Amino acid sequence: MKEVINLPVKNVEEEEYHINMGPQHPSTHGVLRLVVSLQGEIVKSLKPHCGYIHRGIEKMCEKDTYPQIIHLTDRMDYLSAHINNHAVCLLVENALEVDVPERVKYIRTIVDELNRIASHQLWWCSFGMDMGGLTCYFYGLRDREKILDIFEESFGSRLLHSYYTPGGLMMDIHPNFQKNVKDFLKYFRRKIKDYDNILTGNIIMQERTKGVGILSKEDAISYGVTGPSGRASGFACDVRKHHPYGVYDKADFKEILGTEGDTFTRYMMRMHEMRESMKIIEQLIDNIPAGDYTAKMKAVLKLPAGEYYQRVEAARGELGVYCVSDGNKTPYRMKFRSPNFSNLSALDHMSRGVKIADLVAIGGSLDYVIPDIDR
Amino acid sequence: MNFSIYDFTSFNQWIDKFLYDNLPAFWAVAVEMVIIGVAILLFYALVGLFLVYAERKVCAFMQNRVGPNRVGPYGFFQTIADFIKLMLKELVHIKNADQLLFNLAPFIVIIASFMAIAAIPFAKGLHAIDFDIGVLYVIAVSSLGVVGILLAGWSSNNKYSLIGAMRSGAQIVSYELSVGLSLITIVILAGTMQFSEIVEGQRNGWFLFKGHIPAFIAFIIFLISSTAETNRGPFDLAEAESELTAGFHTEYSGIKFAFFFLAEYMNMFIVASIAATVFLGGWMPFHVGGWAGFNHIMDYIPPFVWYIGKTFFVIWIMMWFKWTFPRLRIDQLLTLEWKYLLPINLVNILIMAFIVLMGWHF
Repeated sequence: MKEVINLPVKNVEEEEYHINMGPQHPSTHGVLRLVVSLQGEIVKSLKPHCGYIHRGIEKMCEKDTYPQIIHLTDRMDYLSAHINNHAVCLLVENALEVDVPERVKYIRTIVDELNRIASHQLWWCSFGMDMGGLTCYFYGLRDREKILDIFEESFGSRLLHSYYTPGGLMMDIHPNFQKNVKDFLKYFRRKIKDYDNILTGNIIMQERTKGVGILSKEDAISYGVTGPSGRASGFACDVRKHHPYGVYDKADFKEILGTEGDTFTRYMMRMHEMRESMKIIEQLIDNIPAGDYTAKMKAVLKLPAGEYYQRVEAARGELGVYCVSDGNKTPYRMKFRSPNFSNLSALDHMSRGVKIADLVAIGGSLDYVIPDIDR
Repeated sequence: MNFSIYDFTSFNQWIDKFLYDNLPAFWAVAVEMVIIGVAILLFYALVGLFLVYAERKVCAFMQNRVGPNRVGPYGFFQTIADFIKLMLKELVHIKNADQLLFNLAPFIVIIASFMAIAAIPFAKGLHAIDFDIGVLYVIAVSSLGVVGILLAGWSSNNKYSLIGAMRSGAQIVSYELSVGLSLITIVILAGTMQFSEIVEGQRNGWFLFKGHIPAFIAFIIFLISSTAETNRGPFDLAEAESELTAGFHTEYSGIKFAFFFLAEYMNMFIVASIAATVFLGGWMPFHVGGWAGFNHIMDYIPPFVWYIGKTFFVIWIMMWFKWTFPRLRIDQLLTLEWKYLLPINLVNILIMAFIVLMGWHF
């Protein structure tokens, strides 16, 4: 293997060597490239190289109308596609001061939470796989399939839905939606115990994750690590709680905070969050009010000139959408503050001095989705 | 000639006599060697192919999947199709690799496992070599495989391979101790290192039950450390596909990869055979001392079936491990061996020696 990296030579001690984890590597979950500097098996430092799946979404937004932009946001964090859509919809609705029907808010909140569960299920699969327990992968995918079936029935698509539109929804929910969601919750309450049995309670898994990859609260805040990873360090950053949107203010749920900030706490945060999401859905699913599934919107949406910012809690952290409008039907500038990019920036800090196997576990616990990092 | 599936001794003697009557002594020995070699090679290939199939089916059932089910009934010929594919595949030429060592490594691995199989008794009289130091021989030979793994990692000119090989070296050298010591516990009980006598000594009950708690502890330690010695999950650090892509055999392709793959499964078969022979009575049917009628019924099941059944039971336990547990980290792996298994093992040997000395065993 030829040396293909260009690290500054002065930082490199003689006995250190580099390996390229990625762009094609089983544990980077995509085309992320980590140039890892190793001493034996101990990670001395690492340098993420992004851009292998950069598609210029922010630039593409500048020539698209607002309803078109929603289709692009699906492709950022494809595992929380609904939540990404929600961010842009809220931004446009708030800018135009549209009164969104209550039914829409309820459905959006429920679907967001379903999406969050599905995303965390896939995270659990891949975290188990990173730890070497391949069986987890199939348990998680089996249950995620149930959510995708619900999505497919209602929205016609399994992964990239583009279900929300500015002002409402693309179409009304399927008549079976409520029944299927309730069936799923009943099913998943039973199955999530399997998750605990096979991975959470496993002594090998606990030994490998406890006390590994510690991120303090101060570091979490200064690196901007949000979502379950940030809350594991005790950083109260749940947008749903602190800046409620949708009908989160009507639902009763806890913002669970960890204290340790290690890999195991980050793991437990997501396990708790799945249960909290189920609680939210259970409270809302029977109370969806009747009404229109979309507000009356103009054919061409033009945001008044100015700057707008909207944030939502995506499955991996805080997704911010910043938009500058000059009054046209296309934005002047769109900027997405993607949670994964900030979370990835803390990886070097967390993984210094750990073994290469721990680096994989830490990466798994950060749950990065590469298209969201690169956009 | 008196052929019986319960005792192959007279059948073997008949062949031996037939050859010596018709050929000069040198050629008779040569022909016998060829016959045994071909028989073991055939057995090796068939068991290897079957184990790959079995592993895929077992893991599929543990993971809510169906597993291979297209080629032949229940996908039974899937592994044969895979093997043909691997044989026909191009061998990728690795630049800057040490060609001699790179090509030699898979053969060392496969020869080591091939040598170990010679000493294992498959049934009464079905035994290639009956050493009086059989246990020692198997331990010695089965640890030769690590040389091949180290060479593979070193010569591939790939850092992932090298890390995998270094891990594997540390792991196998450490766990070799536990494997040896747990077998010595039973050797003390049996009073012999010869496999045929170890099996014969279990006529009235398996050593697992005869040796009280020390034998049971030795069995568990043997299971753990032999899983580690064969580089299987949860101790598959040498491969560690989520960390090192494929570890020491990352750069191997085609038939050379197949050799590593086959050797891994055969090593599993060998350690399972040793576990079955030493702890579970080998080909000896399940006997309870004093129950003549029960023992007589058990004797109707041929020894070979007993042997295969016990071996596959142990293999199934090892597969169960692999598909349930996540992987250990290298420092935890060595901690487990040096801080826990080894001291427990040493104390266990003392207890066993004491029990044998006092004559407390059954």
